[in-house]
Amino acid sequence: MKKVSLEVNGKKVTKEISNHTILSVFLRDILNLTGTHVGCDTSQCGACVVHVNGKSIKSCTAFAADLEGSKITTIEGLAQNGKMHPMQEAFKKLHGLQCGYCTPGMVMSAVDLLQNNKKPSDSEIRKWLEGNICRCTGYQNIVAAVKEAASKM
Amino acid sequence: MASLVGSRVERKEDKKLLTGRGKYTADVNFVNQTFAYFVRSPHARAQIKKVDTSKALKASGVVAVLTGADIANDKIGGLIAGWRIKSEDGSDMKVPAHPPLANDTVNYVGDHVAVVIAESLDEARNAAELVKVDYKIMKAVVSTKDAMNSDQIYKEIPKNLCFDWLLGDRAKVKEAFDKADKIIKIDLINNRLVPNAMEPRAANADYNPSTEEITLYTTSQNPHLARIIISAFNGVAPENKLRVIAPDVGGGFGSKIYPYAEEVVCSWAAKKIERPIKWVADRTESFLSDCHGRDHVTHAELAVKNDGTFLGFKNETIANIGAYASVFATVTPTYLFGPCATGVYKMPAAYTNVKAVFTNTAPVDAYRGAGRPEATYTIETIVEKAARELGMDPAEIRMKNFPTQFPFQQTLVHSVDSGDYVAGLNKSMEVADYKGFEKRKRESESKGKLRGIGLCSYFEACGIAPSPVVMMLGCGIGLWESAEVRFNPTGNVTVFTGSHSHGQGHDTTFAQIAADQLGVPIENIEISHGDTDKGPFGYGTYGSRSLTVGGTAIVKACEKIIAKGKRVAAKMLEASEDDVEFSNGEFVVAKSNKKKTIGEIAFACYLPGTYGEVKSPLPEGEEPGLKETSFFDPVNFSFPAGSHICEVEVDPETGETKVVKYTAVDDFGTIINPLVVEGQVHGGVVQGIGQALYEECRYDNSGQLITASYMDYTMPRADNLPEFKLDWTCTPSTTNPLGTKGCGEAGAIAAPAAVMNAVMNAIGAEISMPATAEKVWKVCNQNKKRNSEAA
Repeated sequence: MKKVSLEVNGKKVTKEISNHTILSVFLRDILNLTGTHVGCDTSQCGACVVHVNGKSIKSCTAFAADLEGSKITTIEGLAQNGKMHPMQEAFKKLHGLQCGYCTPGMVMSAVDLLQNNKKPSDSEIRKWLEGNICRCTGYQNIVAAVKEAASKM
Repeated sequence: MASLVGSRVERKEDKKLLTGRGKYTADVNFVNQTFAYFVRSPHARAQIKKVDTSKALKASGVVAVLTGADIANDKIGGLIAGWRIKSEDGSDMKVPAHPPLANDTVNYVGDHVAVVIAESLDEARNAAELVKVDYKIMKAVVSTKDAMNSDQIYKEIPKNLCFDWLLGDRAKVKEAFDKADKIIKIDLINNRLVPNAMEPRAANADYNPSTEEITLYTTSQNPHLARIIISAFNGVAPENKLRVIAPDVGGGFGSKIYPYAEEVVCSWAAKKIERPIKWVADRTESFLSDCHGRDHVTHAELAVKNDGTFLGFKNETIANIGAYASVFATVTPTYLFGPCATGVYKMPAAYTNVKAVFTNTAPVDAYRGAGRPEATYTIETIVEKAARELGMDPAEIRMKNFPTQFPFQQTLVHSVDSGDYVAGLNKSMEVADYKGFEKRKRESESKGKLRGIGLCSYFEACGIAPSPVVMMLGCGIGLWESAEVRFNPTGNVTVFTGSHSHGQGHDTTFAQIAADQLGVPIENIEISHGDTDKGPFGYGTYGSRSLTVGGTAIVKACEKIIAKGKRVAAKMLEASEDDVEFSNGEFVVAKSNKKKTIGEIAFACYLPGTYGEVKSPLPEGEEPGLKETSFFDPVNFSFPAGSHICEVEVDPETGETKVVKYTAVDDFGTIINPLVVEGQVHGGVVQGIGQALYEECRYDNSGQLITASYMDYTMPRADNLPEFKLDWTCTPSTTNPLGTKGCGEAGAIAAPAAVMNAVMNAIGAEISMPATAEKVWKVCNQNKKRNSEAA
């Protein structure tokens, strides 16, 4: 067991956890932030993407105990003052989600893309999102939504 | 008020899903909850000689370890096949017993042997490793093609044959073939797929000792069906003591239509230990134990005249249904497959013969399209081959054989109420710039690439289905749908549907329908589904049925509301009921300015009195309240159709195939929300492209699943795909008041043939799905060798 202090969605959190508690488990089961989803066991699907210190990572690949002092943003922390992030708005406007299961990871990943590349092309968006599997949308409206968000940010 | 039907209304359900506030089964937790971990068979086929749970029971945190013997002792029934099929010789299908926890044999890798229940998931998983199972390993039957000539898996099922089914007339087909100028033959495999909803299956069962009621949260497309099966067949609890809730569900594609062993076991065990039990599959468990899809081996023949006229068709298929017959396993390769075998064509004679075989693999059941993709792939690849062999254009041979009169009595079963296949193909060719293909091909060639074009014209039978018809054919349930439209006293509305949205956008589409019908703003309408304690019984979402069957039930319930509203308005406005007209949410007395809004009527229905005098706004004998229910049983299936055109570019040096252009022109009848419908087509097409180019579920010869993770099973990803061009034609369905036909499966039905026809056109050789880079490269390399030898 190890005591870990970090900041999640702007709030300070200190918890006693085992050394092998995976970040996705820490968020979902200990902090009850169930917006972060788990879709595979092999870091392939991307449903669990969150931001650690501003960068997107697959939260199933990190131990929470290693993240002492980090700032973590999950899908629950993206909207500000009840107003959705432009990426969330764009997904809604252009039907970039269906069942919603891959969506939190997809949105967090797409937000990080725009931090690195303000006006990505279609192929740059597709390349960036190849680590996020969506079984519902066929990706077309996701790509359109990311472009729409880029135009609004 | 402007009509909402036909509008691109943004989805009502999106805000919660986009902000992490969706609630999926794995997000549900109960106080005092335990965790289940299943001990699964590592062998494809074995006898269980002994299960020793003693060490596991002593492990840290373990609450219980339950086995097949326990479930048998409690007389919990087995999992069921929901559709009875008769063989050509009149005999009934043969199905093995399927206990939720195996008793004496295991029959596929992943089969359920025992469940360990513990205080934490880690403790359950660790203790599961201490359950010692003594197996006598037996030789597994794996190959679909060879199953009938392999070891017999079940002693009561000779040749591993579930049924040998025939639809059609062999004698007429023989006559037709005798008259043919040419017989086109094809042998193909419809590759086995794993549905792969992104949300793994899960269950959380809570038993309340006070009310003796079980509440089961589950990842289901069909909570009412789960309840009736777990109650009536498994005998876990009477229906009135079992509540099934499917909250937000993360995709299904057929794999979550029916309950699995895990839901039965968790419900039963929760009652036994009097504590909640949570189970969430990991992805490998999903690969092992979700029902798979497709897996056909087919030989087909098409009899043609030299001018391209079709005379007759036969389809001989072996369908693998896995180790046990799952709920829709037997109907998928029969009545969902056979009637569509002849595609969109006039075909004077045809038959489909299906031999369904058991193997030591996971059960195979409905997967997006269920039977219709397999049928369409066969007819559309053989038609393309016929065009090649007769030297005709693939579009020309299709046009020549399309029916032009509707209703069209299709060869094998269906009377197709409406359609215009000629218009659909013409429009698709126009949108795809079919004429410009040769130019694009030359451009590709200049870059060293091979370009191919492929067509697929499809129709499908969905909107399932008229209950008397399907029950006559062996279905164990009805397939009507329910709706309850409930006005609240303050004038807003809750609509309960027996269907279940798990990505399809019912909260929005159904609200659009109700808003138009009732003249109530869409934001004042709530759609409720997924809880057997809330709305009336229903049959769930699959088979592109929800809008056509469930949406119609909503229309019918709204009509009843309006009829009652008219009676009440007439009394309140002191007019004759015949003079009251309803439009845009108002009851208006003709040729007057007297009117009441539907909200005022609802208020009066719930508060039927007047201050200071004894006076009711309701006509004499009218009951208070404003709530109506409708159960709609359709009179026919619905028949979406369309033509898709795909262009691929193949790199002969690497074998990599890229879909570079894809056009879909579909006829779904009336479209309620184009935004949602486009999304359904995109998703369906990508699952079809996945089948054609990437996805294949493979077992090795011993029955080990070798594609049990996303590292081994290729899912289509964003960078594999192009942007699709979509367009529509519209011939409204004549058999439901909305004129809708269903759109959920069309893409997955049409795309495999369109893509594969394009690949075969590009490389000039037949190739089986999935057309992986390795397979395509081999063909290209052989072509190259042959060409250099010839030179």
